[in-house]
Amino acid sequence: MSRAPYERPITSEWIFRHPRYLRYMVREFSCLFIGGWTLLMVWGLHQLSQGPAAWAAFLELLRSPASVGFHLLTLAFALYHSTTWFNLTPKALPVPFIAAAHYAGWAALSVVILALAL
Amino acid sequence: MARSNKPIVWGPFAAGGTLTAFLTPVLVLLTLLAALGHVPEALAYESMRAFASHWLGKLALAGVIGLSLWSAAHRLRITLYDLGVRADALVAALLYAATLACTALAIYDLLKL
Amino acid sequence: MSERAVELEVLRYNPETDKEPHFQRYALSCPQEWVVLDVLNKIKESVDPTLSYRWSCHMAVCGSCGMMINGEPKLACKAFLRDYRGTIRVEPLRHFPIERDLVTVIDDFVAKLARVKPYLIPKEPPPEGAEYRQTPAQLKRYKQFTLCINCMLCYAACPEYGLIPKYLGPAAIALGHRWNLDSRDGGREARQEELAATEGAWECSFVGACSEVCPEHVDPAGAIQQVKIESTVDWYRAHLMPWTNKQK
Repeated sequence: MSRAPYERPITSEWIFRHPRYLRYMVREFSCLFIGGWTLLMVWGLHQLSQGPAAWAAFLELLRSPASVGFHLLTLAFALYHSTTWFNLTPKALPVPFIAAAHYAGWAALSVVILALAL
Repeated sequence: MARSNKPIVWGPFAAGGTLTAFLTPVLVLLTLLAALGHVPEALAYESMRAFASHWLGKLALAGVIGLSLWSAAHRLRITLYDLGVRADALVAALLYAATLACTALAIYDLLKL
Repeated sequence: MSERAVELEVLRYNPETDKEPHFQRYALSCPQEWVVLDVLNKIKESVDPTLSYRWSCHMAVCGSCGMMINGEPKLACKAFLRDYRGTIRVEPLRHFPIERDLVTVIDDFVAKLARVKPYLIPKEPPPEGAEYRQTPAQLKRYKQFTLCINCMLCYAACPEYGLIPKYLGPAAIALGHRWNLDSRDGGREARQEELAATEGAWECSFVGACSEVCPEHVDPAGAIQQVKIESTVDWYRAHLMPWTNKQK
């Protein structure tokens, strides 16, 4: 009997084969928005260093409809990144209650920052 | 098989991923408020300037910017490979270099403040 | 016992006559309590004796009957007809070459298992004339990673293994980790050559599909992340504190 093993070709359609792969891709794509928002903040920092007029222009840029849309998407993706990250933490660090501790810490930190900033 | 040097890039990725998980949503909320016309106190020119003038503020901003950008760059590198882009070494070099450049720009501006 | 109409669409491949695999349909009536493996057995027995596939225990402990059922890696003996509607598509486990019909070439997997040194490398010899002792807590630390039945569903689910055939893969890394966590074992350094290599834990991007499809709840994804963290700590310690490195 002769052997002739057949290798099935790999294409990018694996992403659509099951919801879990799509969810993985959404999680990975969060990097575009978190990275993009951080770059926007780098620009803002630059404007800050140029004085009050430049900073005011930056705040004006933030108010554009494109910026508002981008912010809403970024918030959604950032929340998805946070929840997926905290939910996976117990696998990497099998410590009792570690996910709950992360969520609690996240809530506390967010409240403190909001209180200080608003 | 030799041990990989991946930890050099993975360590900052894990640190940045954890940092952005804890910090980014609330910060985005703040700038979203500004975008909607309700600029929070902390984002007024004087408060921002004061924060960025203090060495602790500079350290915090540099750290958050650097780690956030690095972890996004690393994730993008992996994602491009998943999507079929085979030139991993080139993609990695470009993305990490861009990250370091943007972080350097931010540090330069922070030192001016 | 009531019956239901079952239609299977099975990927066939005869290396002696076929250039490429092709689907073949089988329609029969089966008891509704059956699993897909039962249907395959009935087909082989009374419809088409040329159909080839691996199976053994029929109780999800041997790991032989892994295949893609409606695109998901499953044990055929654990795929209940009651969970499926319409035509059921049966294909050999993805990411492995097809030997014949539903039989895959598993040499790569077997070789990878051996590479992680999956045996006790004792830290020290057992106490005089006695056996090694282990507390329940010490056992709990690695027990879940011993449950792997080598069914390869995780390799079929892992997109990184599909994209990078050199990748060690979930089961092999989980197996190496199992020995690393064993209190009797002192072989972690030796295993790092494979586990901490580029094609070791570092190809993993934590998709997590492996742990989702694992029929024994081994959680290889968790094992791999733990290996990554250990390897990262190792690396920074070795490079930032070189005086702590053991002389080779």
